[in-house]
Amino acid sequence: MKLFLSTLAAVFLALPVWAEVKIQEVTSPGGIDAWLVEEHSIPFTALEIRFRGGTSLDAPGKRGVTNLMMGLIEEGAGDLDARAYARKLESLAASFSYNADDDSVSISARFLTENRDEVIDLLRTTLHQPRFDQDAIDRVRAQVVSGLKSDAEDPNTIAGEAFSTMAFGDHPYATDGKGTVDSVSALTRDDIVAAHKNILALDRIYVGAVGDITAEELGALLDELLADLPAAGAPIPGKADVTIDGGVTVVDFNTPQSVALFGHSGIDRDDEDFFAAYILNHILGAGSFESRLMSEVREKRGLTYGVYSYLVPKDLASIYLGSVASGNARIAEAIDVIRAEWTRMAKEGVTEKELQDAKTYLTGAYPLRFDGNGQIAGIMVGMQMQDLPIDYIATRNDKVNAVTIEDIKRVAGELLKPDELHFVVVGKPEGLETTN
Amino acid sequence: MIRAFALAVAVCSAAPLWAEQEQREEVTTFTLDNGMDVVVIEDHRAPVVQHMVWYRAGSADEPVGVSGVAHFLEHLLFKATDTLESGEFSATVAANGGRDNAFTSYDYTAYFQRVAADRLELMMQMESDRMRNIRLTERDIATERDVILEERNQRTDSNPRSLFGEQLNASQYLNHRYGVPIIGWRHEMEELDMEDALSFYQTYYSPNNAILIVSGDVEPDEVKQLADKYYGVIPANPDLPERTRSQEPPQTAARRIVYEDARVAQPYVHRSYLAPERDPGEQEDAAALFMLAQLLGGGTTSYLNEKLQFDTQTVVYVGAFYNGTSLDDTTFDLIVVPSEGVTLQEAEDAMDATIAEFIAEGVDAGDLDRIKMQLRASQIYARDNVDGIANRYGQALTSGLTVEDVQAWPEILQAVTDEQIIAAAKSVIQPETSVTGWLMREQEVTQ
Repeated sequence: MKLFLSTLAAVFLALPVWAEVKIQEVTSPGGIDAWLVEEHSIPFTALEIRFRGGTSLDAPGKRGVTNLMMGLIEEGAGDLDARAYARKLESLAASFSYNADDDSVSISARFLTENRDEVIDLLRTTLHQPRFDQDAIDRVRAQVVSGLKSDAEDPNTIAGEAFSTMAFGDHPYATDGKGTVDSVSALTRDDIVAAHKNILALDRIYVGAVGDITAEELGALLDELLADLPAAGAPIPGKADVTIDGGVTVVDFNTPQSVALFGHSGIDRDDEDFFAAYILNHILGAGSFESRLMSEVREKRGLTYGVYSYLVPKDLASIYLGSVASGNARIAEAIDVIRAEWTRMAKEGVTEKELQDAKTYLTGAYPLRFDGNGQIAGIMVGMQMQDLPIDYIATRNDKVNAVTIEDIKRVAGELLKPDELHFVVVGKPEGLETTN
Repeated sequence: MIRAFALAVAVCSAAPLWAEQEQREEVTTFTLDNGMDVVVIEDHRAPVVQHMVWYRAGSADEPVGVSGVAHFLEHLLFKATDTLESGEFSATVAANGGRDNAFTSYDYTAYFQRVAADRLELMMQMESDRMRNIRLTERDIATERDVILEERNQRTDSNPRSLFGEQLNASQYLNHRYGVPIIGWRHEMEELDMEDALSFYQTYYSPNNAILIVSGDVEPDEVKQLADKYYGVIPANPDLPERTRSQEPPQTAARRIVYEDARVAQPYVHRSYLAPERDPGEQEDAAALFMLAQLLGGGTTSYLNEKLQFDTQTVVYVGAFYNGTSLDDTTFDLIVVPSEGVTLQEAEDAMDATIAEFIAEGVDAGDLDRIKMQLRASQIYARDNVDGIANRYGQALTSGLTVEDVQAWPEILQAVTDEQIIAAAKSVIQPETSVTGWLMREQEVTQ
């Protein structure tokens, strides 16, 4: 019975369920490209704008400046100081949120149809004329520093930073984009103004919009909002070499449960074997309760609440990571089981049943991602940044289904390197010591 | 004749409600013959459904001495039943392209799956199966107990803020089970056994103690038909106990706690006050408290934030919180994180002085209007996320509220007056019912 249902699902769900939702490519009169899904049933629009480069554009010695700048962009603009700005935004019932990561900064806006023009006017002022008042700089800097101090006592953050330092050498990826207490404390208003110019530029912009707006309306909106930004920003750094070797690094930290972050080099998003790697990773450690790691470490042995692996294809380097947390007395056993599974997968690949189950899941789950205007706008921007074609959604499941068991076996042998797997363990792990 | 009449009522009682639901959230509700409540929230934009079953049983319903058993049982429901092997439930959901999980709180335990719309029947078949038919082994008990202990390690013991919150909560409630952590106290979790789990299961897992909530690309008629087929055939539990919990006595002494931990990088003050919850048909006081939290500490323009972060640089963060969706007395909470060089005492004093000023000055009409406007807009945005609406119904219906209460809530919020808010503030801000907690970095012993 179950087999029958699964087979049925595979046949049905492989169809491009979202074929009826059309992504339009819109080019504004001023030449700004965007992807649009018109969805007029709810009177609001989600707009996602991203600029490539992110915190990796921080000038030397100015670590944390892009992050601080993005935190300050909503702290007053034009003739509105921070308080007046916040009141204005609230009175429009719109929301703007800002984010900065290694590879991009993003602005996610959500606004009602009824006052769209007013909202866009405010967002335009925000992007073009942020005030960066000194009192706002001091206030937001204090918030960032407070967060950094808390991060310094957080086992997961400690593990992440230790791993990045080892993996990325002197590349910006090696350090936290939020900066350090010292580097953030030393930033000046001039540094922040420079960071703003470096990244909010038209040569690196990507836009997605979903909601109650037509292509024509969006085109006009984009010109109003963005056309006057500088043509070019700062150059994006070169690729990073992943330099980490196999071994264990223990970071002593007084806590009852050790956190382990592990990994080695990964695979690029545009590699022709990416889909094979993606399925492989799903079976190894991304497939929730069904993954091999979850089954062996949690379900069979009760060694953890959760263990996961992740492909991390960034713009300038790709790594393959995993994480687990276990009581100090049991983390060594958890690590042994993970190593064994990494090795078994590298040697044997996956079974036909695992491959079929993974394909059924991945192709069936794909349409479930497109739930909500903001979510879809974000996905569309991600697709543009990865240089995927506009019809990608309709063809993506075919690419998953085309992967063979031989592909996976070959890619497993290349991608998984048990000897290069490095574990950073933060805690008081019993029976584990730093290797050289 | 009588039987036919009863059937007609059952069908009709659903129909007029649908007709009434001309409001913007497309919500339909009805009750199966065995007492199981059903809520359907339609959104036909994508061929996806979320199927949830909520039980009116959470950690506050546990017997004394077995804290954590509600959550432990939640984990065990992913093991075997008469017809499914251990793990097969989630594996089947995954093999159908879906995701499943579950969560436990003080007043409820809920299970859900998100799948393509045409998989709904299979979800109902499996979920209704594990309502009555789980089959556990001693090995399941031993392994899964280790998992929940690691979960406690991860969520609570590794995090000084969580440990602090646990102590604060335990100090707030003198007699009610809300003072016991949902995940359980470690020493009691370590002793949880098969009998504890099965006893909780047999007592509380039945259709007359459950709510089915389906959201997404479904028609209410289809849900009704499937629900009758899978859940409707399960007999009601005639011995379902009433949810009477030991209530709080009058609280007459302000409490203070200091929690010190070497892992604390950023000290802060957390104050909680015992507060009334939303009651069926009487949500006005709770609505006033909700507005009070927004006005006092709900965002950048809130009163505390303006005074303590803009006018003076006393804090790097301040917030006020009130969650009225609770079966019994809840809390009104304030958090202040002092700026560098400001002591916890100074931050606490500034917070208290500022709240007193707020009460003396009264509510700014412009501030209140702006919050009401945002709440109206949030009803439009909410329609983009029907799963969020599903959660709202689930939490309310397991907390003693009715569908009518949920639907009346937005209008009650809009009707709140400045006098009601100040009255609510005066009523809830009572030192005797409060706990003031300081989270501090452990002072290192000098050699």
